[in-house]
Amino acid sequence: MRIECPICGSRDRREFYYQGAAVAVARPAPDAGAEAWDDYVHLRDNPAGWHDELWHHEAGCGAWVVVTRNLTTHEIRDVQLAQSVKEASA
Amino acid sequence: MVEIVAKSAVDGLVPLEIGAQKLTEAKLGPLTSLMAYNGAEAGLAKALETAHGMALPGPNRATGKDGARAIWFGRGQVVLAGPEPVADLAEYAAVVDQSDAWACVELSGPKAEAVLARLVPLDLRAAHFKRGHTARTQIQHVNASVTRIGADRFLLMVFRSMAATLVHDLSQAMTTVAARG
Amino acid sequence: MRVAGKGLIDRAAPLSFRFDGHSYDGLAGDTLASALLANGIKLMGRSFKYHRPRGVYSAGSEEPNALVTVGRGAAAEPNIRATVQELYGGLEAVSQNRWPSLGFDVLSLNDLGAPFLGAGFYYKTFMWPQSFWEKVYEPFIRRAAGLGGLSGAPNPDHYDKGYLFCDLLVIGAGPTGLMAALAAGRAGADVLLVDEDSRMGGRLLAETQEVGGQPGHLWVDNVLAELDSLPNVRRMVRTTVTGVHDGGTFGALERVSHHRGTRGDGVPLETFWRIVAKSSVLAAGALERGIAFRNNDRPGIMQAGAVRAYLNRWGVTPGKTVTVFGNNDGAHQTVRDLQDAGVHVAALIDSREDAPLLPGVQVFKGSVVSNAAGRHGLEAITLRTPLGEERIATDCLAVSGGWNATVHLTCHLGARPEWSEQIASFVPMAGAVPGMVAAGACNGQMSTAACLAAGVAAAGQALGREISVDLPQAEDDPYRLSPIWAVPGKGRAWLDFQNDVSVKDVKQAAHENFRSVEHMKRYTTQGMATDQGKNSNMQALALLADATGRGIPETGTTTFRPPYTPVAIAALGAGARGKGFAPERFTTSHAVSVEMGAPMVATGLWYRPSYFPRERENTWRDSCDREVGYVRNSVGVCDVSTLGKIDIQGPDAAALLDFAYTNMFSTLKVGRVRYGLMLREDGHVMDDGTTARLGETHYVMTTTTAAAGPVMRHLEFITQALRPDWDVRITSATEQWAQFAVAGPKARDLLNGLLDTPIDNDSFPFMACGDVSVAGVAGRLFRISFSGEHAYEVAVPARYGESLFKLLVERAEALEGGAYGMEALNVLRIEKGFITHAEITGRVTAFDCHMERMISAKKDCIGKTMAQREGLLDPDRERLVGLKAVGPVKQITAGAHLFNEGDAAHRVHDQGYVTSVGWSPSLERYVALGFVRGGMARVGERVRMVDHLRDVETVLEIVDPVQFDPEGERVRG
Repeated sequence: MRIECPICGSRDRREFYYQGAAVAVARPAPDAGAEAWDDYVHLRDNPAGWHDELWHHEAGCGAWVVVTRNLTTHEIRDVQLAQSVKEASA
Repeated sequence: MVEIVAKSAVDGLVPLEIGAQKLTEAKLGPLTSLMAYNGAEAGLAKALETAHGMALPGPNRATGKDGARAIWFGRGQVVLAGPEPVADLAEYAAVVDQSDAWACVELSGPKAEAVLARLVPLDLRAAHFKRGHTARTQIQHVNASVTRIGADRFLLMVFRSMAATLVHDLSQAMTTVAARG
Repeated sequence: MRVAGKGLIDRAAPLSFRFDGHSYDGLAGDTLASALLANGIKLMGRSFKYHRPRGVYSAGSEEPNALVTVGRGAAAEPNIRATVQELYGGLEAVSQNRWPSLGFDVLSLNDLGAPFLGAGFYYKTFMWPQSFWEKVYEPFIRRAAGLGGLSGAPNPDHYDKGYLFCDLLVIGAGPTGLMAALAAGRAGADVLLVDEDSRMGGRLLAETQEVGGQPGHLWVDNVLAELDSLPNVRRMVRTTVTGVHDGGTFGALERVSHHRGTRGDGVPLETFWRIVAKSSVLAAGALERGIAFRNNDRPGIMQAGAVRAYLNRWGVTPGKTVTVFGNNDGAHQTVRDLQDAGVHVAALIDSREDAPLLPGVQVFKGSVVSNAAGRHGLEAITLRTPLGEERIATDCLAVSGGWNATVHLTCHLGARPEWSEQIASFVPMAGAVPGMVAAGACNGQMSTAACLAAGVAAAGQALGREISVDLPQAEDDPYRLSPIWAVPGKGRAWLDFQNDVSVKDVKQAAHENFRSVEHMKRYTTQGMATDQGKNSNMQALALLADATGRGIPETGTTTFRPPYTPVAIAALGAGARGKGFAPERFTTSHAVSVEMGAPMVATGLWYRPSYFPRERENTWRDSCDREVGYVRNSVGVCDVSTLGKIDIQGPDAAALLDFAYTNMFSTLKVGRVRYGLMLREDGHVMDDGTTARLGETHYVMTTTTAAAGPVMRHLEFITQALRPDWDVRITSATEQWAQFAVAGPKARDLLNGLLDTPIDNDSFPFMACGDVSVAGVAGRLFRISFSGEHAYEVAVPARYGESLFKLLVERAEALEGGAYGMEALNVLRIEKGFITHAEITGRVTAFDCHMERMISAKKDCIGKTMAQREGLLDPDRERLVGLKAVGPVKQITAGAHLFNEGDAAHRVHDQGYVTSVGWSPSLERYVALGFVRGGMARVGERVRMVDHLRDVETVLEIVDPVQFDPEGERVRG
C-alpha cells in the first residue's frame, strides 16, 4: 500500500504509523458533555466504504495526514495535512 | 584541569570499502535544526541567505555544497550543516543544536544506488532522485535522511545511537551488491 | 531420451549430476527434469497421502509431482521443482516422501487402504477420544505428512531483498510480454520486464511455430537484443511476480543462485523484490489442464504442452512410443512435432466426435482414455471408443484438456475471474487490479498472432497513449475445444496429484453437502498443496458444479491469494535475521559498560547495563545491593541518556505544555524543573517526566525511555491537528545529549571537581537547572532525583559522553561510589515509591496513583474531561500502595495477586496485584509497589499475596508507597 504524503509524495505504507479515525481532529470543548466526549474518544464507525483516517508520516517528514481510504478496496481518494483539515474546519 | 574528549558517532565503524563502494564518515561540522515560526519563513530564508549564502530549501531539497549545506529535514524543518549558525536565525526560527544527534556517513561508488535499493523504499535512481534531492525515509528499519550529493555519492544520516545498525545494514547490502557484480 | 537435432540445449557442454545417489549426464540448458527424462528416468517422486509413484507432469513452475531435495546438509533445499531447477555440474538431488527408496516405499501401503482414507478421513477418524490428540493422532499425522524435510540446522544461505520502481511492469516474457515491453520501450517508457523462467520467450521456446518468418526462439533473441539496447528497459529472468498488493506494489522472488553450484560467495540464494509500478501488463500466459481418468497419475502421463516443451526446447522425448489424448486442436500439434522429430506416435485420441483427422497417425475420434497401466512407469492405456474398449501399449501419454488462463495475479486484490464459455476457462475481470492490463493467453487470447497484437495494445492502454508497432507474421489458428473434465468409470481418477484428491472425493464432498467450492476445497484438501491447484482446481470445480447441478460460473472459484508460487520465509525476511532484526540503540557509555562486565539488557531498542559485577560477587543481587549503597551512602553514576528529551520553543511553548501535561508549566520559573504527568485523552496516564524551563519561551521535556517516540508523536498531533494556530516548535533532542545521573550524598562533591564554576545549594537548589561548563564543554545541569537522594543529571553533547562517563565513574570510585545499573536504579525508585511503566500500564489513572490533585483546575488539558468520569474516581478502585511482607515468607513477587485474608485465591476475590519488587539493602527487606482496592485508605491492613505462577504465597502489609526516607529530607541535601 502507498500513501501520497502531501509533503513527500508517494511513499510506502511502512513509513506511516496508523492512528485511527480522523474524528480525533475535532476535539470537543471541555464542557461539551459526556455524550460528546464518549463519542469523540470511544465511538467509531466501521464503514464498508470511505473512511477518513489519521496516519502519521513518522519515518518521513513527521506530518500528520488525513487519508480518505475505501475500507473495502483500499483505494485512497485523498490525502490532506491534518493541519489543513483542522484549519479548514476552524 | 580535567579534560573530556570527543568521539565520533561512527568511530570504529567506518571507513568500509566493499567492492567498488565505499562508506566513509561525513564530517559535516555543526548541525543546526531550524524550524521557522508562524509566518517567519521568509525572514528565515533571507537571514539564511545573508548569513550563510544558502537558499532555504523547500521540501525534499537540499541547497549549498560540500562544507555548507541546508538540508530539508521534515515538515517545517531544515538542518544547517557546516557553518556555526548566526544568532539572528533565532529571531525567525526555533534553533536547536543537533551536531551530536546524528551519525553521518557518505556512501559512494558506481553501485551506490543498488546498495540503497536494498534498504530504502524509495526510487533513488538518478533520473528521479537528482543531486540536491533529499528525503526523510527509512534505511532498513531506521528512520533516516538520505541526500544525493553527487553522481554516485549519497549522504546518509540516522540517529547517533543507531550508527552500528546503519553500518551493519549497509555493509550487508554492499557485500551483496559486490558479490552479484 | 535425447532426440537428435532438437532443442535449445548446448550439446557441447555436458554436465554431470546425481539423483538418488546415481550419477547421470545432462547438458547446459537442461532443467533437472529434462535431464532426468533424457536419462530415461520417469519415476521422480511419491504423492503426499498415498505415496503413489509419480513422474514429471509439466515443464514449468506448476509442477505437482517432481519435487526433490537439492543439496545436502544444512543447505539442503526441499520441495524444489525439478522442472524449474536448472542443471549445473555437480548438482545433487534426492527424491522425497519415500522410505527406504523411491522404488520401494513402505508407506505406499496407504494406497491399499485408500477406501478408508478418502475425503474427510482426518475429520472423521481423528475425533475421539479427545485425549488421543496430543499423544497418538498428532504424532502419527506429523510423521506421515510432509514432502521434503528440513535439515533442522540453521539455514546457512544468504537471502536478499530490495525495492524496484518503474513506469510499466511487464509480467511474463512470452510473445505478449515481449511485444508489450518492446512497444513501451520504443515509446521511451521506464519498463521492467520480468519472467519466472531462466530464459525469456515463454511458449515460443517450446513450440515449432515461426514468428516473422523465423523460428520463434530466434525472433525472441532479436527482440531481447533490441530491449537490451534500450537504456529505459530492464529485464529480469528467474523472477516470479508472486503477489499483487495495494497501490501498484508487487512482490517478486528472484532465484539468484539456485542455478549455480556455488554457495557462500556472498551472492544471495534468492532476492525478494518489492516492485512499485505506475502501471502493469500481465502477460502470464496459460496453464494446460489435464483430463481425469482411472490411474491418470502414472509416471509417463503428462501435459501435451510439456511433451512439446521437452522435445522442442530440451531435445528430449519422454517416451519411445507416445500417445496423445486431447479435446482440442492444440493437442494435435504434439503429434506433428513428435513425428517430425522421428518419435513414434501410437495414436491420437480425441474426445470430440468431429475431431479433424491427421495424416500418418491413427486417430480415435469421440474416444477417451479410461485406464492406464504400469505402476512405476506407463506401459499401456485402455481407451473407450464408440466401438468398444481397446488397449494400446505406450510409455508416454500426452494429455490436453485445454488451457486455463493464468488469472491468479488479477485476483489478489479481491476480484473474481469471469467464466468464458468460448474457451472454457476463467478469464480476468476487466479492471480487476487498478493500473493492470491483462493481455494475451492469460486474458483468453489463444493464438500467437492475437498475443503479439494484445501485447502492443496493452502497453498502449497501460501507458495511456497510442503506440503503434509493426506486428510480425504469426500463427493465428482458431482455438477449438470441447470441454471434458473427467472420464466416467470405476477406480480412482486423480485431480490434485500432490494431495491425492480424486474425482470420487469431490463427488463425496458434494454428497455430504460441502457444496461451496471453498468448503469442498477444505474438506478434500483439493488445491491446498504447494501447486495450489494450478493443475486441478478447474477440473475439480467443474465436477463440483456438475455434482451439485449448478453451472461453473455459479459455482465459482476458490480465492487466489499470494504467493503465486511458494516463497521461502527466509526470502521474505531477508536482511532481518540476527542484527538486521531490529535496530540496536547504544548509549555513548555502552562500550565502557561492556568492558566493565555489565550484562546489557534490552529496554525497547536501547541496551542498558543491568549491573556492574565485581570480583567475588556471586549473584546480580550482590552487585545490585552494593550499587544501591553507592547512592544511599556516597555517590553513584548512571547513564540516563535513553530518556526522551524534547526541545520545545516558541511563544506558545508554555501553552503547549499546559495542555499536554495535567499540571501547570506556564508558571514554572526560568531555571527550574517540574515533574509533569501526561494523560491520554481517555483520562489514563500516558507518561510522566520532568520538564525544565531554560528560557522564557524555551523548555526541554523529559519522557520515559519507552514513551519517547509516542510522546513525540502525541505532541506533533497536538501542534498539527488540534492547535496549529499555536506558534511553537518541537524537536527531538534525545540523541544530542549524553546525560548521566550523579546521585548520592557526595554528588555535589563529585560534580564540583568537574564543573568549571562550582555550585552550591543556593546557586543550584533542588529542582534547579541551567547551563554549565563541564571540563570546558558547554553542558546542562538539572538537580533532579529519581532515588530520593541529593542528585543531579548532567548533560554534555553526545560526542563527549563516553569520556565523561569514564571520568564520572573514576571520580565516583575515588569517593567510594561507582557506576550503578538498571537493577539498582529500580530498587532506589521503588524504595521511594516513584512510578514507572510497571505502574502506569495504560489502564491506570492519575487518581489511581493518588495524583488526582495534579490535574490543574485552572486549565484544560488532554485527558482532563474523561478523567472526571465517575467510574474513574471510585474510591474502591485499585490504587497505588506500598507493600511489605509480614508473613513467614519474606519474598514478594511482581505479578502476584492480592486477596483479603481468609478469602480463597480466586479471581472473584481479587483485591489487586503487585507491580514492582526489589530487595532494599537499606531496609533489609523486600520493598514493593502495587495496586489495591481502596488504595491508601487501607494502609496498615494485611492482605494475602498469592503467585500462582511461581507458587509463592505470603502475607503483606499495605504501607505508604514511600518506604525510605518518608520525610524526603535527603533530596534537598
